[in-house]
Order: sequence, then C-alpha cells, then structure tokens
Amino acid sequence: MAPLKLYGMVLSPNVVRVATVLNEKGLDFEIVDVDLRTGAHKQPDFLALNPFGQIPALEDGDEVVYESRAINRYIATKYKSSGADLVPTTPSAKMEVWLEVESHHFHPNASPLVFQLLVKPILGSTPDPEVVDKHATQLAKVLDVYEAHLAKNKYLAGDEFTLADANHMAYLLFLSKTPKASLINERPHVKAWWEDIAARPAFKKTIAAIPLPPPPSA
Amino acid sequence: MAPVKVFGPAMSTNVARVLVCLEEVGAEYEVVNIDFQAKEHKSPEHLARNPFGQIPAFQDGDVVLFESRAISKYVLRKFKSPKADLLREGNLKEAAMVDVWTEVEAHQYNPALSPVVYECLINPAMRGIPTDQVVVEESLEKLRKVLEVYEARLAKHAYLAGDFLSFADLNHFPYTFYFMATPHASLFDSYPHVKAWWERLMARPSMKKLGATMAPKP
Repeated sequence: MAPLKLYGMVLSPNVVRVATVLNEKGLDFEIVDVDLRTGAHKQPDFLALNPFGQIPALEDGDEVVYESRAINRYIATKYKSSGADLVPTTPSAKMEVWLEVESHHFHPNASPLVFQLLVKPILGSTPDPEVVDKHATQLAKVLDVYEAHLAKNKYLAGDEFTLADANHMAYLLFLSKTPKASLINERPHVKAWWEDIAARPAFKKTIAAIPLPPPPSA
Repeated sequence: MAPVKVFGPAMSTNVARVLVCLEEVGAEYEVVNIDFQAKEHKSPEHLARNPFGQIPAFQDGDVVLFESRAISKYVLRKFKSPKADLLREGNLKEAAMVDVWTEVEAHQYNPALSPVVYECLINPAMRGIPTDQVVVEESLEKLRKVLEVYEARLAKHAYLAGDFLSFADLNHFPYTFYFMATPHASLFDSYPHVKAWWERLMARPSMKKLGATMAPKP
C-alpha cells in the first residue's frame, strides 16, 4: 500500500494536527513540502488538491482530503483498527461537542497567539501587543471552562483519549513554547491533562519530527 | 418520544442551523426562548447547559449538548432514516466529503460571509451600531474568492459533498439566508451554479418554513 502523503510544511501547526493523528494510528506517511514562502500553495498542482490553497492536504491512494479536522476524522475512521482508537464505535455526543469547542473557542484564540508570538519572530517581525492581549484574555476565559470540565473528566470526551483531545495537541505544543504557556500552567486540571497527553509515545514521535525554533528571548 | 428541546431564539443563526436539521429528519422539537435582554444566557440555569453562555443549547432526555454543529450531528444520527441520511456515515468517501465541506463552511465560507450579515443587519438593527463599510468591502472581496471555488465545485455536482444533499449544504442555510437580506445579495448572481444551488435549497420545505419565521421584520 502506498504511504499516505501529507502536503504542507513540517512547522505548520495545522500540519502537525494531522501528523499527531497519523502517529497515534501508527501509520506510515511522508510529508511533501509545500513551501508557503514561495507561494507553492497557490500553484495549480496544489490547488488541484485543495482548491482553497491552504495546507495541509492528505493524499490516500485516489482519495484527497483537506481541512485538517476533516482529514483527522477520515484517518481515525478509515484506520480505526490501527493504533489508538480515536473515535468511539457508538458515536459520542460529548466528543462531538468538544471537537467543536476546539474549533470555535480554543483555536480562534490559540492560533493568533501562536502566530504573533512564534511565527512573526521567525519571519523577522515583532508581536502586536494589542492582538496578544485580546486573545490571551479570551483564551483565559475559554480555558476556565476547560478547567471546570477537566476537573470532572479525565479527557475531554470522558474516560478515554479521543480525537477531541488529539485535535488540541499541535496548538497546545506551540502555545507551550510561548510566554502564554502560563495560561495552561496556571490551571491545574488543564495542565495535568496537557502533561498526560503530551507524554503519549506517539506524540513524542510527532514532536521529534518538528524542527522547533529555540525559545524567543524573554 | 418526548420532543427534543432547543434553547435560544428561533431567529438566531446557530439555532436555525439545528432547526433545519430537525426539520429535514422530521423530528418533533420545541424551541425554548432564551431572553438575551434579561441576560438569561448568563444565568446559572443556562450556563449549566452551555458553559460558554451561548445559544443554542439542546436537551433530549438526559442528554444535554451545546455547539450547534455537535447538536446537529446528534440529531442527524438519532433520526437518520432511508429518506434522510445527511451524514453518510455508512460510506467512507461520502462521509469524508461531507466533513470536508462542513469544515469549509466553518473556516472559509462563514468567516467571509458572516461579517457582512453582522455589519449590514445585526449591528444596525440589534445593537444600534452603524455599518462599517471597510469591513463589508474586505469581506466581500474574500467571499468572491471563496465563491469562485464553490462555483467550480457546484458546476460538477448538484450539492457540495456530491450528488446528494448533506449536512454540508444544510450548514450554509442560516447565514446565507440573512446575507440574502443585505444589499449585497446580488453578489451570488455572478456565480450561476452557486445561485442555482441556493435556490434549490430554499425550495425545500424545511428552509421555506424556517425562512418564514426568520424573515427580518421591516
């Protein structure tokens, strides 16, 4: 069977979101570089994979899937019996809720923070303090809800690690490399949950493949 | 079976997202209003249903859910029938396309289109804030690019996930309905396959029925 092809940049959090799940499933895949800096994502051969011109896209034989969360659900469903089982056989409404919470509450705040605090310095520019403050304040309120939830639930969907937890890991990783890691560390149940899922062997493999930059100077 | 309960005003976009799914599967439901003026959405009773203090929330016996797309999936699974299989979870390829275009609505289409709805309808009518034309123009520019991709897709298939109606199409109903009540509705005229798809959707009894309750009052 041809290995899965994940198109994108190894440093991109949304690519890491998919790599996280591929590794949890123990699947062989190759990352095919699509260098945003050269505009490769807007070239016809990439647009044929993702007409919205964004990374990642996944090629699985004849099948092409894009949007990282759709890719992850596809992998978790198709390869259910391989590696960790991320989607319960009886659909879990609770898992669906927390998949959406990641998409609509966590991500809209975590993503701009990672962009301002990690990506901009790599590109040679400086964080915008107003944008950082706005999203840090909002993410704090969001993580207060997580704190209350994780005080009563080991994982987001309940007793078991699922796709809902896995979808958070890329941005939690990048956030933990910024001064706003305090948002996680100040909340004991969020912190314990993050430390537990980050210790998973498959995630250590995922991290090892990312050429993380050295921490920005304080 | 007792009717399921949806909490929030029926006119609200994300409440309507759930209602259109309930209508399509023919489930009995009750809409329980949440009074925003009285800050009912921040009451302890409502926060117990939705810890983010937002609408909709949902109850089916012991099951209490929030996040409109998670609620909708629960409904579409529970009330699935040969006539109404809107998630296609029995077919991996079809389900993957439903997921892709559901994510596209959330992360490409809605971020481009909803600011126009907020600026032209919601802000002036409900918040006494005048339309910010700069935001409108920037959003319309983004929306044109998104609609180009939709036009190419809908030139090949009657619906977004393929030649079958799915959750992906239904997700577009509430915000697009309100967009059509703004001065920019004619934007869709430049994308004939998109326009034809929208008209096909609006001809459905579910959307005609809900549209009548949602129609902005003069």
